[in-house]
Amino acid sequence: MAIKRIQAGKIRVLPGFKLTLGFTLFYLSLIVLIPLAAVFWKTSTLTWPQFWHTITMPTAMASYRLTFGASFLAALVNAVFGLIVAWVLVRYEFFGKKIVDALVDLPFALPTAVAGITLAALYSKTGWIGQLLEPLGIKIANTQLGIFIALTFIGLPFIVRTVQPILEDLDPELEEAASSLGASRWQVFWRVILPMLTPALLTGFALAFARALGEYGSVIFIAGNIPMKTQITPVVIMGELDMFDYGKATAIAVVMLVVSFMLLLTINVLQWWTNRFNTNHLA
Amino acid sequence: MTPAATTFRPPHSVVARHTTSEPPLVRRALIGIALVFLSLFLFLPLVFVFTQAFAKGLGFYFETLRDPNAWSAIKLTLIAAAIAVPLNCVFGVCAAWAIAKFDFPGKNILLTLIDLPFSVSPVIAGLIYVLVFGAQGWLGLYLNADHPQLPGLANWLNDHNFKIIFAVPGIVLATIFVTFPFVARELIPLMQAQGRSEEEAARVLGASGWQTFWRVTLPNIKWGLIYGVILCNARAMGEFGAVSVVSGKIRGQTNTIPLHIEALYDDYNFTGAFAVASLLAFLALITLGLKTWVEHKNATRNETELSP
Repeated sequence: MAIKRIQAGKIRVLPGFKLTLGFTLFYLSLIVLIPLAAVFWKTSTLTWPQFWHTITMPTAMASYRLTFGASFLAALVNAVFGLIVAWVLVRYEFFGKKIVDALVDLPFALPTAVAGITLAALYSKTGWIGQLLEPLGIKIANTQLGIFIALTFIGLPFIVRTVQPILEDLDPELEEAASSLGASRWQVFWRVILPMLTPALLTGFALAFARALGEYGSVIFIAGNIPMKTQITPVVIMGELDMFDYGKATAIAVVMLVVSFMLLLTINVLQWWTNRFNTNHLA
Repeated sequence: MTPAATTFRPPHSVVARHTTSEPPLVRRALIGIALVFLSLFLFLPLVFVFTQAFAKGLGFYFETLRDPNAWSAIKLTLIAAAIAVPLNCVFGVCAAWAIAKFDFPGKNILLTLIDLPFSVSPVIAGLIYVLVFGAQGWLGLYLNADHPQLPGLANWLNDHNFKIIFAVPGIVLATIFVTFPFVARELIPLMQAQGRSEEEAARVLGASGWQTFWRVTLPNIKWGLIYGVILCNARAMGEFGAVSVVSGKIRGQTNTIPLHIEALYDDYNFTGAFAVASLLAFLALITLGLKTWVEHKNATRNETELSP
């Protein structure tokens, strides 16, 4: 009798539902939801023209263009090289592969301030890489190129780690079938493998892009804080905070938050697509 | 698939080597490209941190670390991590238990909300606490010294000189926020995959709720939990953006290790900055090592469980 009711899901065998869900919701509200709501509360103290004027001021507009542009390019470069790295790690054997595999996560584990000063010093005029590029007329420290380099570093693991498991689970029979039907290796890659990796690649791209948009620590040291030129949006917010202009800082933060939430939604849809794709094709 | 194909199927590896691999030249080129890319972006910066840290010798290195300001930064970072990691750990276990073991409406929304801190810029993470607790903030208005709406609490806080923003509590709060999802994100998919039948069996056999958790669930999620804690701790000790908004950067008082690195760097004491940075780089290497070890443990455990 009891077992039948358990199977029908009428009574819960396991205890602690109210306690754990209650604590989860309480802690989530206290740490995340209520403080985030403060942003919208603060914004509501601004009038609409004030808000609009702040979010469209020239330094802000320039920072959006730079942040989006550099983040997009960095994610794109990572998509190409991340795919190659994932491919090499899954398909080939070479000396030191395990160490390389472990080190791919370095940008996740290395604090952003450490990454920031390291990249800034490496690419400065006297740094290991900077002094090689200086005679060629390429300047990286205190330029937009430097921001792009920092964002590439930060986004590096995302593509590798989303593509790698899919590539590992790929059924070799599909490739065998294609090549036994006369497809060249390049055709197999382009027509069979790449389409199956597309959802994972897009997810990784979106994750890297989202991370780059909000990045602060690894960028500020190499960027040099030149208004209109090398100020990313988080730096503009920080500038307003340093002047204790919380209204302006909050208005620009709202723009970033709305973009981040839309990206989060996109990533969730992409991940759902990746999962569905896998169950359909790899089952 | 034709019957012939199902009756005879050579092992993958035999066929694979002939038809599903690239010519050696392409293979070497791809390995080369990958290694050059990773050397430029990963190995070189890592080597650079340690060479710069010791550029002025061991004496200077240890002198930098023994400096009272450096010492206070190290202590503050340890305090922040010691509070943030256990709290987020308890939260992660609770959230995973509720989400993986029970069905309820709005589960997907809850999952998205737990992920929220990952998609918020660190600077904004700091900003929101300033907006809540700062002098001009939400709570600040209620506790404002001139016209407090909660006089009792305001006086108590004043008497005890208790500040949140530009003080240690703000730093702890910001650290909790940025590391909020780490443990939960590791545990939720793991516990969802394990299902609830083992716990249900334990309960039906007479185990209490706590016994079930300690003896059945916890051993099952052990490695996932350790993994989550490692990642959570690495981020807690290394957080820069959020902490720099709420800290006020008072040397020797509200500077964490990353903020101390910034201060040294801004003073053009590059060797000193890299000496302190080498501590965090070392922590990152330990984190990667532990992570690889835990993954290896997990993989071998799964294999022994799956094999008959």
